[in-house]
Amino acid sequence: MSGDLDETIKKLYGHKGVKGIIITNNQGITVRSHFPDESAEVIQNYAAQFTTLASKAKEVIRGIDPTNQLTFIRVRSKKHEIMIAPGEDFIMITIQQPQGK
Amino acid sequence: MEIVYVYTKKRADFGRQCNFSDRPAELHVDIAPDSSLAENFIERNPVDSSLQCVQEMSEHEVNTERFETDTRGINHTEGGWPKDVNPQEIEQVMRFRKKVEKDEMYVNTIMQLSSVMENCIRQNNAIDIYEEYFSDIDVEISDEPPSAKTINVYRDPNELKRTATHISWFPDGPRKLAIAYCNLDFQGSSPDTSMESYIWDIENPNKPEMTLKPVSPLVCLEYNPKDSHVLIGGQYNGQVAYWDRRKGSQPIELTPIEHSHRDPVYKTIWLQSKTGTECFSASTDGQVLWWDIRKMGEPTEKLYLDPTKKQDITKAQGAMALEYEPTIPTKFMVGTEQGSILSCNRKAKTPAEKIVAQYPAHYGPVYALQRNPFFPKNFLSIGDWTARIWSEDIRESSIMWTKYHMSYLTDGCWSPVRPAVFFTTKRDGTLDIWDIIFKQNDPTLSLQVSDEPLHSIRVQDGGRLIATGSHKGTTTLLELSDGLCMQSKSEKNLVTMMFDRETRREKILESRHREMKLKERTRSSQDKDEEHEPVAEEPEEDLVGKAETEFFQIIEAEKKKREKAAEQAEEMEQNEKGDQRKASPIAEEDEGQEKQEVEQPEKKD
Repeated sequence: MSGDLDETIKKLYGHKGVKGIIITNNQGITVRSHFPDESAEVIQNYAAQFTTLASKAKEVIRGIDPTNQLTFIRVRSKKHEIMIAPGEDFIMITIQQPQGK
Repeated sequence: MEIVYVYTKKRADFGRQCNFSDRPAELHVDIAPDSSLAENFIERNPVDSSLQCVQEMSEHEVNTERFETDTRGINHTEGGWPKDVNPQEIEQVMRFRKKVEKDEMYVNTIMQLSSVMENCIRQNNAIDIYEEYFSDIDVEISDEPPSAKTINVYRDPNELKRTATHISWFPDGPRKLAIAYCNLDFQGSSPDTSMESYIWDIENPNKPEMTLKPVSPLVCLEYNPKDSHVLIGGQYNGQVAYWDRRKGSQPIELTPIEHSHRDPVYKTIWLQSKTGTECFSASTDGQVLWWDIRKMGEPTEKLYLDPTKKQDITKAQGAMALEYEPTIPTKFMVGTEQGSILSCNRKAKTPAEKIVAQYPAHYGPVYALQRNPFFPKNFLSIGDWTARIWSEDIRESSIMWTKYHMSYLTDGCWSPVRPAVFFTTKRDGTLDIWDIIFKQNDPTLSLQVSDEPLHSIRVQDGGRLIATGSHKGTTTLLELSDGLCMQSKSEKNLVTMMFDRETRREKILESRHREMKLKERTRSSQDKDEEHEPVAEEPEEDLVGKAETEFFQIIEAEKKKREKAAEQAEEMEQNEKGDQRKASPIAEEDEGQEKQEVEQPEKKD
């Protein structure tokens, strides 16, 4: 099981332009991170800031329409794109620098 | 010592209670009415007295105190760990992580999230939706009308407001403004007026970032373009001071009073030099002094603005504006109080040669002078009610000028990014933006920035931000629309053509003027030879007398003519002959007389 997990994550990381993947739980603790370009503090900062963002976004979607649910967040910045997939207890954050055709 | 009086009171009497007793009424004074006094007064009948039955009201003003705000941020470093895990201990952290990863739910969630994520990643890689299309094609300058927007207003924090006389932008980017405040009215500042000048951070208009405390109020202030920590300021009392921002609010050094200017220093500019420590200053006392800030004890050079080229300080004209272009280090220009512009060369051998040329510019002091950053041969001068553009070679007059406005122009400058655009400020509080390839007769955009006169203006090097300073010390920061700060391709050519055209026109006019003068001179000298009579210069009073007699002669002639016409009109009425033939000879006669009269004064001119 965990072997599959590792493989999946490795596959994700293998895609073009992906800079790093961080998996955190709802408290903001990084469970697994694969982000070689940045230091641990920066990764921690990423984890912390984006968990708060994700929970706030969840509340926002629910607040506007209680039947709706947040599926995905994409944050585009000048340097790269950050994708956040929120789950029930865990969050997956991917930082990618897209290289389009 | 003799005893004058003895006061006695029995000890038993001290502290005794008061005993009151009844006394009958006594008449002390009885003043009877004296009717003779009534003669001193006059009875007033009726008496007007006003009465108003109105609700009594009072007025109160309340203003909340300025709320000081400060911005702060939070940085999250570590946290969220459950109680039993100590984040500093790596082992515990690892153990926790492994525990989480073994959880089945964790695995499922992550697998699910991964598939979603993979989808998006692939999407991103397939097409970059944020790609900039057609980025290599030039940005079209939109046709929207030019506009300017006020971003911030910086007010003088003191109670007694002073004029914002000079503004200097921070050399490395538009982050700060150094503004010199001074009350320029002669003896207009009370002893309580603050002498401080401020450096403002653009983002914070509530409070200046730094205060500069000179000995006397600063009239001008300039950042050193090479070293953004150093500023030079000219004071109202004639001294020049320099500050280092890192070293506090007091000036590092001041020029000694004996060697400084005798009047307020209206302009100081940093010079282009290897050390970056040289500057020069000008003042209305007629001197231009060069300084090296490392040694402020004495000016390194001195120049008297004496247009007669004799370096005579009594004939020197006071300077109000200075112009210096770092790319032409040996030449500079001075705008004087008398309205002329003197072009000077620093490297001339004799002091007399230092003043190269004089341009008769304005009817009043020249308040601002600046060369066009793209065409250094052309410069802008601001004074009296107009702004004029000059070409260095044409000394007689400017090549282009604005119309005469309703109020004085106080300051102006070119745009550093567009060669055809310049800005002017006026006494009535308006800021005019001129674009000479768009419209020459009127400003392209005229903004009423404030109700009080605007005193100074400065454009930031990027060309997008303008700061204007007003009489009450309020500095307004404006941002220009794109059209005014982006140069179009043909602009430089158009401006070159325009300047060339105007210069040629002026040259032609100048040469024609010279020819006419020459002709007159030769004609008058020929007349002299023929008559062999010395044409004595008539004293002024005689000329005035002559003019008077001529004037009265013309009046008399006109009067007689009118009387004649009136008589003839009466005759016509009497004869009832409405004869038009009679009227025309009279009209022709009138015309002939008028022509003669017009010719006579011309000849005597």
